[in-house]
Parts: sequence; structure tokens; C-alpha cells
Amino acid sequence: MQDFLEFRAISKGYPGVQALADVSFSVKKGAVHGLMGENGAGKSTLIRVLSGDQSADTGDILIDGKPQRYRSVRDAFEAGVIVIHQELQLVPELTVAENLWLGRFPGKAGVIDRTRLTGVVKEKLAEIGIAIDPAAKVASLSIGERQMVEIAKAVMADARVIALDEPTSSLSSRESEILFALIDRLRAQGKVILYVSHRLDEIFRLCDSLTVLRDGKLAAHHPDISEVTRDQIIAEMVGREISNIWGFRPRERGAVRLEVRDLAGRKLRTPISFSVRQGEILGFFGLIGAGRSEMARLVYGADSRSQGTVSVDGKAVTPDSPPQSIRSGIVLCPEDRKSDGIVQGRNIEENMAISSRRHFSPFGLLQPKKEAELAERFIAKLRVRTPSRKQDIVNLSGGNQQKVILGRWLSEQGVKVLIIDEPTRGIDVGAKSEIYEILYELAGQGMAIVVISSELPEVMGITDRIMVMCEGKVAANIERADFDERRILAAALPDVAPDGANASELPNQQVQSR
Amino acid sequence: MTSLKKLLLGEQGLVVIFAVAFAVVALTVPNFLTERNMLGLLQSVVTIGIVACTMMFCLASRDFDLSVGSTVAFSGMIAVMASNASGSIVVGLVAALLCGGAVGFVNGLVIARFRINALITTLATMQIVRGFALIASDGRAVGINDPGFYQLALSKFLGIPTPIWVMAIFFIVFGFVLNRTVFGKNTLAIGGNPEASRLAGVDVSSMRIWIFALQGLVCAVAGVLLASRITSGQPNAATGLELSVISACVLGGVSLAGGRAAMTGVIVGVLIMGIAENVMNLLNIQAFYQYVVRGLILLLAVLLDNLRSAAAGRRG
Repeated sequence: MQDFLEFRAISKGYPGVQALADVSFSVKKGAVHGLMGENGAGKSTLIRVLSGDQSADTGDILIDGKPQRYRSVRDAFEAGVIVIHQELQLVPELTVAENLWLGRFPGKAGVIDRTRLTGVVKEKLAEIGIAIDPAAKVASLSIGERQMVEIAKAVMADARVIALDEPTSSLSSRESEILFALIDRLRAQGKVILYVSHRLDEIFRLCDSLTVLRDGKLAAHHPDISEVTRDQIIAEMVGREISNIWGFRPRERGAVRLEVRDLAGRKLRTPISFSVRQGEILGFFGLIGAGRSEMARLVYGADSRSQGTVSVDGKAVTPDSPPQSIRSGIVLCPEDRKSDGIVQGRNIEENMAISSRRHFSPFGLLQPKKEAELAERFIAKLRVRTPSRKQDIVNLSGGNQQKVILGRWLSEQGVKVLIIDEPTRGIDVGAKSEIYEILYELAGQGMAIVVISSELPEVMGITDRIMVMCEGKVAANIERADFDERRILAAALPDVAPDGANASELPNQQVQSR
Repeated sequence: MTSLKKLLLGEQGLVVIFAVAFAVVALTVPNFLTERNMLGLLQSVVTIGIVACTMMFCLASRDFDLSVGSTVAFSGMIAVMASNASGSIVVGLVAALLCGGAVGFVNGLVIARFRINALITTLATMQIVRGFALIASDGRAVGINDPGFYQLALSKFLGIPTPIWVMAIFFIVFGFVLNRTVFGKNTLAIGGNPEASRLAGVDVSSMRIWIFALQGLVCAVAGVLLASRITSGQPNAATGLELSVISACVLGGVSLAGGRAAMTGVIVGVLIMGIAENVMNLLNIQAFYQYVVRGLILLLAVLLDNLRSAAAGRRG
């Protein structure tokens, strides 16, 4: 088999950043090729260039030996290149078949030929082994099914190159398996698949070959994935060896800091009680929908309580509102940074000072100097990578955004309880360990920390104690000394006996994928 | 990008366009660049200019206020009626401010606490308040009894009429509030991402109530000055004001999606609206055409804004 897709010396710069520098590699026909790299390594830019969304400054893309000169997504589409983004491009109110035909409905004089519409789609879906009813509305499908439809759309358009950008990020493990099987079939049909993912398991499960990008440059190209190890890939991604990314150290635990008693709300019906000591890092683990984030929002006052109390150092926090929680020393780094964390269109400085500026703004008058100092201090302390504090937060990578939100709270006076929901979701390995270090340091200073995570290795790696939630209830409370993967998993899964009888048969991934 | 494009789509693009347009008009339209005409022009934009100050906050926080025209008419009417009844201008002014503030407060309360869409809420209050103005006056204009009331609009300071001073002071004060106070920053933050702002400890619902209450209060000031200038309380005054004000803001680069606003932009937006009207008057263009031109200017402004965001997106 010869090289089918080739990137030749692709470079692309944005003001202040060289997003891609002289990247060259090629992929064979009928291969699934992995593309890995930390956030900001240039994967998205490369995908954009491939999709025709952006054009490279220099360099060529060759398909089947022919240089491509496309200037738009449309041109790329004509050339047989289709990129499937994380945000799917389907019309929810139309049926599967209608979505697949969108833009070129079969029929005469504007009247749609209904039989052909569903007939052809049925054939195509059967051909690639997707079991979805062509007449179903897309709105009624699960995310995983929609992804299948998106892929079917690419197949319908006779795509020769299909790029998938983190396709499993919102799929359950079963949906992921179905997706993998589909990708296997596309491979057998001779398509070229470019597969972008952060998950090493998936890369090894699916890919024939692999390219690693780092800082916009080609860090490594492996024509045969069986010749590489996980550790090697991680090292290539971060450019250094990371021996132990958790870096856990035991700490002294002091008196009870946060006390939650019989807390319940509209989205968390069963009352929940727990407490966290000074210097303690308490983990909350569970499947998606187990009620962890709902618990966090209730404690923080983001959602209103129907019953129960929250107290810090013995003092009750009332009323239940974010401003009151902040005054009492409870802060929250939310799960979804994009919708609940960052303020888009505002720079780093403003995102950091948004809450704490009230302490140094007499009569509500801003003190630009003090805000600048504050921003500079926390940019340095948290090692936020940015050209300046005036940078719009949207332009930062996920890890740096998370650091800015941490900075927002660290600049508050007297924070006693930090609740951090999915601290490292979508954050690359290097920034992850930096964030863990920050958490250890804060706990070392006596803060009580609540970490919510869907990644079992992470919760086990960094916490002193884990509370496992399942279907809105606390299913287990386990001290670090007793951490046991099987036991924790068993408690998190509904309908599995807590003794772990069935847990060993469950793949690890079940819990790690969201 | 060519340098011309960069200039036009950059931060100061609007100011550049304004300067060029002003120069062209000053050179080609007779009687434009005279003191008399300049003062007349500024006086004609006082109502729009004053109301635009707080409309800017409304839009910047991702909200919308359609009730401003009605509130201006209603509070002007109240000022006249209350001062006629009590024989005291001060009582009239206080009553107008209270009524305007109350309308805004109710808007804010309904929008923030009951979470009803701002467009619908203010569409409703726009009609309700206009109704109040008509009911109170029985649909007729109410003349001003105390000649002192006229002095609000007629008096001059350093040769410039008071209303223009008031507008200038409002520009300065609200420019300061937007850029240099926590209130201003919180307004922009809410427009950028309301939920993130709320979770960051910004009291979003009370901020919204404040913004609307302030808007009502400022409308009352505009209403009093307008009543004084037209020497009566007119229940049908300031119809369509909301559209002119929103146009001026959008023209000035305030984003309807929230999170972006600048006082200088709004001032330029207000002046562009004023100049367009003034020039058409000087050139004896029939008033009916002015609607078309105003609409075209708004369309152009939105188009420019679009190009500008696209350019900014590319830069980012």
C-alpha cells in the first residue's frame, strides 16, 4: 500500500504564535492514523488546514499523490476530505435520512423523492453496519448515534479521508466500542482515517500508525504503532519523562473545615452528608449522572437547597448563594469551563479579578494598578502560559484557563474550601501535574479540597479519601489506605454487588470514558 | 489585510469613518459648520444621547430595553403635571425621576427575578407606560404653567444650552462607570457569560435590576429636558426613540450579543445619527426619506460590525 494522504512541510502562523512549523508526514491507504499532542500542540490547526477551514502559510497537502489547492471547506469536501468535529453539524429537527441528503435532496422540481430518500440511506447505513432508523429525528438520537450519522454523512459523500476530532469525548464506553467497530469497517474499505485523541487506550486499540505533535512541530512519527510504548508517546508529547504524574504526598489533617449535613435540592433528592478536614483532599467519584456535580453546585449555592446545612469552621453558610459562599470561604471551579467558568471576550486580568476586586475597589472604583499586580502575581505563581495578562481568555488552552480560574479564587481572601469539578478535563499531561501540585500546596496550607473526577486513576492518585456516588447517593466512603480499584468501581456501578463480584469483568474504560 | 482595511475595521475604525464623514459634510454642505447649526445639531441628539448612555449598559449585559421611548414621554408628562399641580418645579422633577426609576425597576424585577425575556418584558411595558401617559393626560398635550420650567432647556452656560451640558456630563459619568468601576466591569462580564459571572460571585440578578432602574431614571432626565424644550408634556413624544437609541449604540460598536461596549463608540454613533438628520434637513430632503437613510445607516453599521468581528476573529 502506498502513501495516500501526505502533509508536506506545512507551516501556519497566527500573530504571536507559530501554530505549525514545517510539519511533514504521510498516511497509507486503509490506515487509521493517530494524531496526538498536548493542547496547543497544533493538532486542531492541522485539522483545520486539512478541512479547508484555514489555509496553510506554506506547504502542501497531497491526496493520492496530487497536491490539493483548496481554499474552503467546500473545496476540501469535493476533494473527498471530511472532518468530523466535536460539535456535530446536524440539524436536530430533520430525520437521519434528511440530514444525510441535506443540500442535495433527490427528486424532481423541488419535490423530494421520499422513497429514494430513505431507501438509499438504509442501504448505506446497512453497508457500513450502522443500526439507526433513517426516519428517526436526529434530536431523538443519543450523542453516540449522532456521531454515527455524521460519519455516515461522510461515507455518503464518498469521502476518501475522514478526520475525527476527539470523537469519544462525550460517548459512553459502549458507544465508543460501536464507533471503533465502525472505524474498523471503514479501514477495511480503504478509507484513510485521521484520529485525534487524548486517550492512549483508544490510540492503541484503533490506530495503525501515529504522529505526535509538540509546540507546532513534528515530535515523532511512527509508521507502525506496535513498535511504540505508552511511556514513549507520553514522553514525546511532553518532551520530558514524567515518572509519576500524581506526585502525591501525605499531609497533616486538622479540624473539620467543611461540614455538609442532610443537603438536598431539586436535582439531588436524597440528602447527602459529609465533612472535610483542614488539609484534606476528598475525592468524589462516580459515573456521569451520579450526582457529583449537582452536589457541588448545592454546596456552593449555585443551585438552591431544599433542605440541609453547609457550614465552614462551624459557621453555617446562609443564604445559599455564590456570593455568600465566597464570603464564607467556599469556592467552586466548575466542571464546564466554557459555559460556567470563563467569561468570554474578557482578558485574563478581568477573569481573575472578577470576584476579589471588591476587596480593593473602594466605592466600587477600580484600581487598575492593583488588578495588574494581582494578575501578574498569579500568572507567575500558577505559571499561566500567555503573552500578556491582557490576552482574551478564550485564546488560552484548557489548562491555562483552569489556572486562571484557580487564580480567581486564590486571589480571594480567606478561601477555606475549594471545590474543583473535573480539575483536568481536556487538559494535557504537563499542565495536569502542575494543577495537582497547586492542589497539594493549598491543602498543605490548611485548605479543605473537594475534587470531583470521572477519571479513577486521577481520584485514586491525588486524594486522601474517596466518596463514591451512584445514582444520587453516596455508595462508599474509602480511606486512601484502602483504595482498591475494583472496590471503588463496584460501588460506582449500579446493580453490581458491592463485594466486587462482577466488577473484575468490567473494563476499566467503562468508568474513564464519560 | 491592506492598511486601509485595517484602519477601518480596527478599534478606532468608527472614529475614522466619522471624522472623514464630518470633514466631507463640513466642506460640501453649506451652513453645516456654523455655531448655530452645530448647537442645533447637538440639541437635536440630546434625548438619544442621554438615553444611549444606559442603553449601552443594557445591551452590554445582553439585555434589551424597548420601553425607553414610552418612559421618556411618561416621565416628561409626570414632570409637567406634578409641577403644575404643586406649583413647584422641584416636585415635578422628583416625581418624574421616581416614575422613570419605577418603570425601570419593574422592568428589571420582572426580567431578573421572574426570568422573562427582556425583549418581551419591555415590549409589554413600552405599551403599558405609553398607555399611562395617554390616560394621565387624557390623550392631550399638557402645557407648562411655570415659565421657569422652560429655563431647563433654554438656559445657557458659557453660551451652550444646558441640555447639551447635561448630555456631555452623562457621557463622561457613564464612560467612567463603564470603564473604571466594578459596576461597569460586572456589566461587561455578565454580557460575556452570565452563568460564569454568577458562579464567580457576581450578583447577576441585582445587577440587572440596577441596570434597568438606572435606565428608567436616565429616561426620566431625558423626558424632563424634552418636555421643557417642547414646552409641554406630550403623551406621544419620543415614539420610536428606542429604535434610534439602539441604532446609535449598535452603530457605536456595542454588541447585541453582549460583552462589548465603549462610550466613545456610542458618542460617535449618536453624532452620526444626528449629522445624517441634520444634513438632510439642511439639504431640504423630505422627512420621509430620512427613515430610509436611517435604516440604511443601521444596516451598514451592523455590516461593519460583522466585518470587524470577523477580522478580530482572524486576528485571535
